Amino acid sequence: MAISSKKMNPYDEMMKGLWRDNPVFVQVLGMCPMLAVTNSAINAIAMGLATFFVLVGSSFLVSSLKRWIPKQVRISVYIVIIATFVTVVDYVLLATVPAIHKELGAFIPLIVANCLILGRQEAFASRYPVKLAVMDAIGMATGFLLAMFALGSVREILGEGKLFGVSLFGDNFEPWVIMILPPGGFITLGLLLLLFNWVGERKQAFIAQVAEAERGKA
Amino acid sequence: MSKQDPKLLLQPAPLLRQGMTTPAAMRDVWLALLPATAAALWYFGLAALLVLVASIAGSVLTEWAFTPKERRAITLRDNSAALTGLLLGLTLPPALPLWMAFVGGAVAIGIGKLIWGGLGANIFNPALVGRAFLLATFPIAMTSWTVQQGPAEFFTVHASNLTAPFMQAPVMDTLSAATPLGQMKFEQSATPLWDLLIGNTAGSIGETSALLLLLGGIYLFLRRDLDWRIPVGIFASAALFSAILYGVDAERYPSALFTLLSGGMLLGALFMATDPVTSPVTPKGAWVFAIGVGFLVVLIRVFGGFPEGMMYAILLMNAATPLIDRWTQPRVFGRNKGGSA
Repeated sequence: MAISSKKMNPYDEMMKGLWRDNPVFVQVLGMCPMLAVTNSAINAIAMGLATFFVLVGSSFLVSSLKRWIPKQVRISVYIVIIATFVTVVDYVLLATVPAIHKELGAFIPLIVANCLILGRQEAFASRYPVKLAVMDAIGMATGFLLAMFALGSVREILGEGKLFGVSLFGDNFEPWVIMILPPGGFITLGLLLLLFNWVGERKQAFIAQVAEAERGKA
Repeated sequence: MSKQDPKLLLQPAPLLRQGMTTPAAMRDVWLALLPATAAALWYFGLAALLVLVASIAGSVLTEWAFTPKERRAITLRDNSAALTGLLLGLTLPPALPLWMAFVGGAVAIGIGKLIWGGLGANIFNPALVGRAFLLATFPIAMTSWTVQQGPAEFFTVHASNLTAPFMQAPVMDTLSAATPLGQMKFEQSATPLWDLLIGNTAGSIGETSALLLLLGGIYLFLRRDLDWRIPVGIFASAALFSAILYGVDAERYPSALFTLLSGGMLLGALFMATDPVTSPVTPKGAWVFAIGVGFLVVLIRVFGGFPEGMMYAILLMNAATPLIDRWTQPRVFGRNKGGSA
């Protein structure tokens, strides 16, 4: 399993989760919480932070224990490890922010089934040293958190005229009801994907243009 | 043998050309909608015109903004985007804030058409996608109807029309009215058929005048721009289903004629369900599609939560269209039913 990990830079492993391999906009993983709990910015951030904790914790543990996990039962072992951290998060949220815990509801236990987390264990944490695995988890979880926040804030601003519960446009704002309903989640996610791909394409074109100009000079 | 006067002309098919191009078809639909639009201005005045203009502006600007520069001239000149805007505008209430009509036009073209790949590639009727979005987004504004003020007060514009973007429309009091379908659903009172026929009722801008819509539909049929099976099938199945219900309980359910003449039935059946892009291409498929729409309209109107079901009926059958097309593929000449030689 040991792919040469010496050349891999922990910083790069972290940064790739933010943009190049963003779990939501590039890999399109973790769609269930992405669509279900992003009807307000604060819910989105709470879910993002919960996922952050679970992903980083289980990547650390899986990477540390990878030598002792039998290959045949690895998925079950990952799930048990992830479920441990999810239980911790569940109780912490219940104890500290019961209102948000109530709103997130069944979606906190469902973090166990988030394919982003299981995917990182199978594809990364179980193959690389602890340091790289943790940096990768931090990057991926931050990318997920940012995407959650982007979607949640767009939906809250249009759907209720507020951000973090603070009214932005005064009392006369006409709320876009569809934005806090499920279709609003799908539409906003689709449009953000469109935007993300468009920016990526522009960036590629720009790089190509610069390279062309450089070659012209030389 | 000179190039100008060849003795033998060889050219690839098609050898016979018809004048039926996209711009020509769009022009026909524009002409067909003209009487109903004129009636809308007669009944609802300047307010209706402003809503139509806002919706068309939203559509055309979106088409312009999201089309590559080289193709703009072509896609804008065929007037299809403006037609989508007009069709959407005709399904909106006359007192709708103009900015909502604009948003609707932008959604119709952006999410209803361009995102699928432009004209001819969309699954759902773009105008109805815009309307469905507006109804889900601004449910109160989209169901606030006004009484007809008539030509004497042509220049009256409702205060709600001029609401600033993103702001709530002021509550309407004296001018509000119920549509014939709303009265039917919530008060079990049927509007006289003559009023439905000439359009003397509250309702969406372009749906009230049954007679003028039919006139436009007949023009389209004569110009061979629409598949007659679709409107005929819709009318037949809706009338049949409705007549059965009327036979069961004439007090509670509307008569077949009321079903046909009220609400968006004619506008939808003649101008939206017949959209060649989103309806089946095979004759058999057209029948299936039409019967499905007619059945669903009555089902939603009578048993659903909304008084009007034309929009959802057409959108649902739009979704089924690829499947219908696959099921009703005609036998290829020279092959048996299984498709083998």
